[in-house]
Amino acid sequence: MRQPTLIVRPGLRIGLVVAALIVVGAAVLVLLRPHAPTQTQTQTTVAAPVAANAATQYLNRGEYLARAGDCIACHTTPNGRQFAGGRAMATPFGNLYVPNITPDDETGIGQWTADEFYTMLHTGVSRSGALMYPAMPFASYTKVTREDSDAIYAYLMSVPPVKQQNRPHELRFPFNKRELLVGWRALYFKEGEYVPDPGKSAQWNRGAYLVEGLGHCAMCHTAINALGGSSESKAFEGGMIPNQNWYAPSLTSNREAGLGHWSEKDIADLLQVGVANRGTVYGPMAEVVYNSLQYLSDEDVAAMAVYLKTLPQADAEPPPTSQARMVSPGVMELGRRVYVAECAMCHGTEGKGQPPQFPPLAANQSITMSSPVNPIRMVLNGGYPPGTKKNPRPYGMPPFAHILNDEMVAAVVTYIRVAWENSGTPITPAQVSELRKLLPE
Amino acid sequence: MAVGLFPALAGAQGDAVPAFKTLDSIEARVQGCVTCHGQSGQGTSNGYFPRIAGKPAGYLYNQLIAFRDGTREYPPMNYLVAYLPDAYLREMADHFAKQRPPFEAKDAAPADAAMLDRGKAIATVGDPRQGIPACVACHGARMTGMQPGIPGLVGLRAAYITAQLTRWRVGNRHAAEPDCMKRIVTRLSETDIAAVAAWLARQDAPADLSPDSSNLVRMPLACGSQR
Repeated sequence: MRQPTLIVRPGLRIGLVVAALIVVGAAVLVLLRPHAPTQTQTQTTVAAPVAANAATQYLNRGEYLARAGDCIACHTTPNGRQFAGGRAMATPFGNLYVPNITPDDETGIGQWTADEFYTMLHTGVSRSGALMYPAMPFASYTKVTREDSDAIYAYLMSVPPVKQQNRPHELRFPFNKRELLVGWRALYFKEGEYVPDPGKSAQWNRGAYLVEGLGHCAMCHTAINALGGSSESKAFEGGMIPNQNWYAPSLTSNREAGLGHWSEKDIADLLQVGVANRGTVYGPMAEVVYNSLQYLSDEDVAAMAVYLKTLPQADAEPPPTSQARMVSPGVMELGRRVYVAECAMCHGTEGKGQPPQFPPLAANQSITMSSPVNPIRMVLNGGYPPGTKKNPRPYGMPPFAHILNDEMVAAVVTYIRVAWENSGTPITPAQVSELRKLLPE
Repeated sequence: MAVGLFPALAGAQGDAVPAFKTLDSIEARVQGCVTCHGQSGQGTSNGYFPRIAGKPAGYLYNQLIAFRDGTREYPPMNYLVAYLPDAYLREMADHFAKQRPPFEAKDAAPADAAMLDRGKAIATVGDPRQGIPACVACHGARMTGMQPGIPGLVGLRAAYITAQLTRWRVGNRHAAEPDCMKRIVTRLSETDIAAVAAWLARQDAPADLSPDSSNLVRMPLACGSQR
């Protein structure tokens, strides 16, 4: 070693930190496994590298599962300390403020036990005994196994504690009465870990576990009714996302997300890369890919794709009638001219796009599905897909809100919904005007 | 051209329509910017969208990060860059910093002579009695900015300059601490802001559009963005 001894080598410092983390991790592991055979002092010392490695792996696994659950998206304010909470969640019933889930003893979950953490995930009842508001997706997290819950708990206990008081919710009467949640739970909550379907493959079951459990896809892709609930009979049938003004397409209909007609590779790419040959994610789904899905393993994303592809039962919903698809020639011509001038450069005169960089518009269900909200929003505000590990430099679409008036936006959206044998229906300038007032959030 | 039949499309003509030569290029990747900032970042006929071409890369990068993280508020920009990684935002900033497109037509909003005199004084010599340094002291003698973090002021419209200074004044826009612009705008009145914006927007483009090198001159105030 020629290195001067007075200089603290960065490698050494990192080594010390890692060693400290490993010790913490090992302690957590031991606490979590009270019934595991106790190792003697000598064994621990001798087997230290192996044990440490396992502890690190355990925390890595917890972190991975926390990513799959996208805890960070709600429990961290933009630019705020990780998991310290405080983010306002606008709901139709008033603002909820997301709690601190760092391991701070006073303001976070530092004093929670693994049992209490599992009870919260599994039943929606907090350590204090309070019923939780369903903005916390416990109706999905109830499917998470005890083993996975424990790993997430261990990971959360390992992150830096942040002292930050939780902010009280600002819900309107009567929604500020937690007793109401008893009724809500009776209607919309079914407790229970995921039970594998023995008739399906291990891969399908893994996908179902992730989609229905940690992924909590139903939070957006199942319509939320006036009571803030989503009924099981309507699972994954799509709906407007409250307060965000985006439409989450139905995962069960081939008229909407159209997953039945997608290849598993395209579904997996959309989830993990953010762009696929059939389409691109924007808006709230871009956030999910950015914070959560890009970090999942190829195997897990493939499993989710296998499961998702089996969701659409049949093309039950008939396409709109030719009567419903009638467009006046003037509107069609205006739409075509706007399209040629502004859109064709990237999406092509035949709407084929340049996938995956620029998505196709022809045979793209997100353009033709009955709700026109998403294509109108895209024309008004443009958008960039998320920058992900596999697509760090995504291509973007510019806003046209300042260039095209309501009539022109309606005409070009109508055009892309009916051109190239697309099976959509025309839209009106009033629908554009409505969204223009709200946007962007 | 057929598009001429639709007058409202006129605003989108020329350099503000999506266009690129090679798909795998930064030029194609920044098409999301062009309808507001123009193909080369020269700005568009809409006075509120600033010219970004040739501004120091460090400044542009700081703004993109601030828009992404919500520390600079403008919903259309916050939305567009919300999920883009640092390295990519740096690449976009470098791209527009290198562009040298010609200037758009100068601003012609009405302003009286006294107002323009006041604006010129603030920009070129400042107002020592009020503790207001000259714009040129930091933004460069040619007002093309200074590496790495101070933006150029020539080529911006009065509407944009007024809005930014006002946002700074009310605490809505910030820069890295110590926030030198914050200290300056608290000394500017609303009429001062209107005057300096009107004068700046009337200036001709200098022959050399490049920003000044970093800290060749000592600046009158400490600025966090120059650290």
